[in-house]
Amino acid sequence: MSLVVAENIDKDYQAGEISIKALKGVSFQIEQSSFVSFVGPSGSGKTTLLNLIGCLDKPTHGRLRVADTDVSTLDQKQSASFRGNHIGFIFQDFNLIPVLTVYENIEYPLIMVQNVPVQERERRIMSLLEAVGMGEQRDKYPDQISGGQKQRVAVARALVTNPNVVIADEPTANLDSKTARMVIDLMKKMRDESGTTFIFSTHDPRVVAEAEIIYTLEDGELTGREAKGGTDDV
Amino acid sequence: MFNLLRIAVRNLRRYRRRTILTASLIVTGVVFVSVFVAVSGSFKNMMIGQITDSFLGHIQIHRKGYVASIDSLPLTMNLKSQAVKKIDEAIKGIPEIEAYSPRIKFAGMFSNFVETTNIKINGVYPEKEIKTAPLFLSRIREGEKIIKKGEILVPELLAKGMKAKVGDMVVVIATNKDGSVNGKQFRVGGILESVTGPGGRDGYIHIEDATEILRMDNMEISEIAIRIKEFSQLHETHNKLQDMLSKERTEQGKPIFEVHTWEKLSPFYNVATMIDMMTFFIKLMLVAIVLISIMNVMIMAVYERVREIGTIAAIGTLPGKILSMFVIEGFCLGLIGAVIGSILGGAIIFVINFSEITFNFGRQKGLILSTSVNPNDFLVISVIVIIVSVLASLQPAFKASRMDPVQALRHV
Ligand SMILES: Nc1ncnc2c1ncn2[C@@H]1O[C@H](COP(=O)(O)OP(=O)(O)O)[C@@H](O)[C@H]1O
Ligand SMILES: [Mg+2]
Repeated sequence: MSLVVAENIDKDYQAGEISIKALKGVSFQIEQSSFVSFVGPSGSGKTTLLNLIGCLDKPTHGRLRVADTDVSTLDQKQSASFRGNHIGFIFQDFNLIPVLTVYENIEYPLIMVQNVPVQERERRIMSLLEAVGMGEQRDKYPDQISGGQKQRVAVARALVTNPNVVIADEPTANLDSKTARMVIDLMKKMRDESGTTFIFSTHDPRVVAEAEIIYTLEDGELTGREAKGGTDDV
Repeated sequence: MFNLLRIAVRNLRRYRRRTILTASLIVTGVVFVSVFVAVSGSFKNMMIGQITDSFLGHIQIHRKGYVASIDSLPLTMNLKSQAVKKIDEAIKGIPEIEAYSPRIKFAGMFSNFVETTNIKINGVYPEKEIKTAPLFLSRIREGEKIIKKGEILVPELLAKGMKAKVGDMVVVIATNKDGSVNGKQFRVGGILESVTGPGGRDGYIHIEDATEILRMDNMEISEIAIRIKEFSQLHETHNKLQDMLSKERTEQGKPIFEVHTWEKLSPFYNVATMIDMMTFFIKLMLVAIVLISIMNVMIMAVYERVREIGTIAAIGTLPGKILSMFVIEGFCLGLIGAVIGSILGGAIIFVINFSEITFNFGRQKGLILSTSVNPNDFLVISVIVIIVSVLASLQPAFKASRMDPVQALRHV
C-alpha cells in the first residue's frame, strides 16, 4: 500500500464570516522512498497540504491515510506521538532550538519525543552529523552557523528518528540558489541512503527540477503530475 | 528530566537581564520577609520569655473557676491538699515538665505603721519558684537575691509610694476565708522590679508565712505554676496535663481543675498574636510579589517563543512535556530567588546580631535583640516561594502546551 493516500480532500479555513477553500478535492498517492515536490504560486495551498500530510492539521472532508493510519481520527496527543514516530519536519526558517547546540538539536527528538538509549543516540547523531557534513560544528549554537548549515542540521534532526516521511515546506526559500541546490542534493542523498520518503514544496523552478515526482497546485486544486523516472537533472 | 532542566536553565540564561531582574525582585522579597520573620519572631520569643520566666510560668493549674475571678484572689477557691496531691502525681507522670511551683495568693493590706495600702501577696517555696521562674531573682533590685522566711519582697511601685526600704519593718494584714483578720510583721527583704511596666502590685513571701497569716491548718494552694523543658512542647504538654486532670471530677461530674497556658493568662498574648498576624501578611505580600513577577515573566516567555513552541510541538513533543518545560523554568527562577534570598537574609540577620541592637521591654532595658536564625523559617519561606513560582507558571505553561502547531508556526 502507498505511504500516503489522499482521497478527495477539502480544507476550509474559517476567517471570520467567510470561509476560504484552501484545498478542493485533492487526491493523490505517494509511494515509499519517493522524492516528491508540490509546486505552485503563493497561496495555492502547498503549506496547507503539507500540514495535512504531516498530521499537523486535519482535512475538512475526504480521507487521508499516512503510514497506514487514518490521521483524521487522531486527537492532539495521538497526533503528536504519531508525528514523533513517523514524520520528520524541515522548516522554511530552519527552526532550530536556539538554546541547544547543533548536536543537541539533533539529539532533541531522541530524548524528548522518542526514548532512545544513549549509545544508540550517539551512534545515530554522529553518523548523521557526518552525512550532512556538520561534524565540525557539532558544539556550535544555531546563531553561530550559516543558513545553509542550519538547514543541514534540520535535515539531520528530521531524519534522526528514522521517520517514514520527511515533510519540508519551502526548505530553500531562505537560502541562496547555490545553497538551496546543496540542501536539495543532501535531501536526495539521504533519501538514497535511508529510503525515507521526502515531500517538499517550493515555487523555485531550479529546485523543482530536482524532484522525481512533481505535483502542481493551483488555487487549492491539483492540476498536474509529472514523473521523471528517477533521473536527476533536466 | 535532565533535558527539560537544561533547556529551562539555558532559556533563563538567554534572557539574562530579565531573569536577573525577576530574580532580584524575589530575592528582595525573601530577604525582607526572612529578616522580618527572624526579628519579629525573636522579639516575640523574648517577650514571652520575659513574661513566663519572670513570674507567670508556662502553664498554670487552678481550681475550676479561679481564673474567672482572679482579680479578687478568692481564698475560697483554693486547692485542698487532696487536690494538690492529684496534681503532683499528674506532673510526675509528664517528663516534659521541668519544674513547678505551688503558690498561695491572697489580697492583703500593706502597712508601714504610718500608711496602709493594698497588696497582692504570693506565698511561694523559694527553690520551686526560682526553678519555675528562672528570671525571678533578677527582678530583685535591692537587697539580697533570695526569698527568706520573715521577709517580704515589695513591688517597686508600692515601695516608692510607701517609702519602704530594704531592712524596714512592715505589716501585712489579711482576712482569711473564715473572715478573721490576722497580721504579721515582715522585714523588707528586697525591692521587686515589675516586668510589664508600672502597676504591678505583687509582693512575695515564703509560703509558710502565708499559711501563718491565713491561719491555714492544712495548706491550701491557689495556683500551681509549671515550667516545661521545651517551649515548643507547650501545647502538647498542656493537652497531656489537661487530659490527666480532667479525669478528676466532683460528685456532680464537673471538672475540678482548670489548666491554662500563659496565652490565656497574659494580655501579652494579644501582642504575640499581632506579631504573628503581621508576619502572615508580610508572607502574603511575598506570595503576591512572586506570583505576579513569575507569571509576568512566564507569559512573556511563552509569547516570545511561540514559533519555538510550534516547532517542538510539530516535531512531536507531547503537551505534558511542553508544560513541564515552562513550569521547570518558573521553578528554577523561584529556586534561584529563594536560595540567594535566604543566603542574603541570613547574612543580614548575622549582621544584626553582630551589631547587638538593643531594645527595651517594659521596665527591662537594654535587652539585646538576638535574632535566632531558625533554618526552618528559611525553609518555609523558600518552599512558599518555590510553590508559588510553580503555580504562577502553570497558566502560561498550560497555554504553551495547548498551542496549535500550525498557528504557532505561522506566528511571526
Ligand atoms: N490558518 C489560516 N486561516 C485562514 N486562511 C488560511 C490559513 N492558512 C492558510 N490560509 C489561506 O489558505 C490559502 C492557502 O494557503 P497556503 O496553504 O499557506 O498556501 P501556500 O503555502 O501555497 O502559499 C491561502 O489563501 C491562505 O490565505
Ligand atoms: Mg506556504
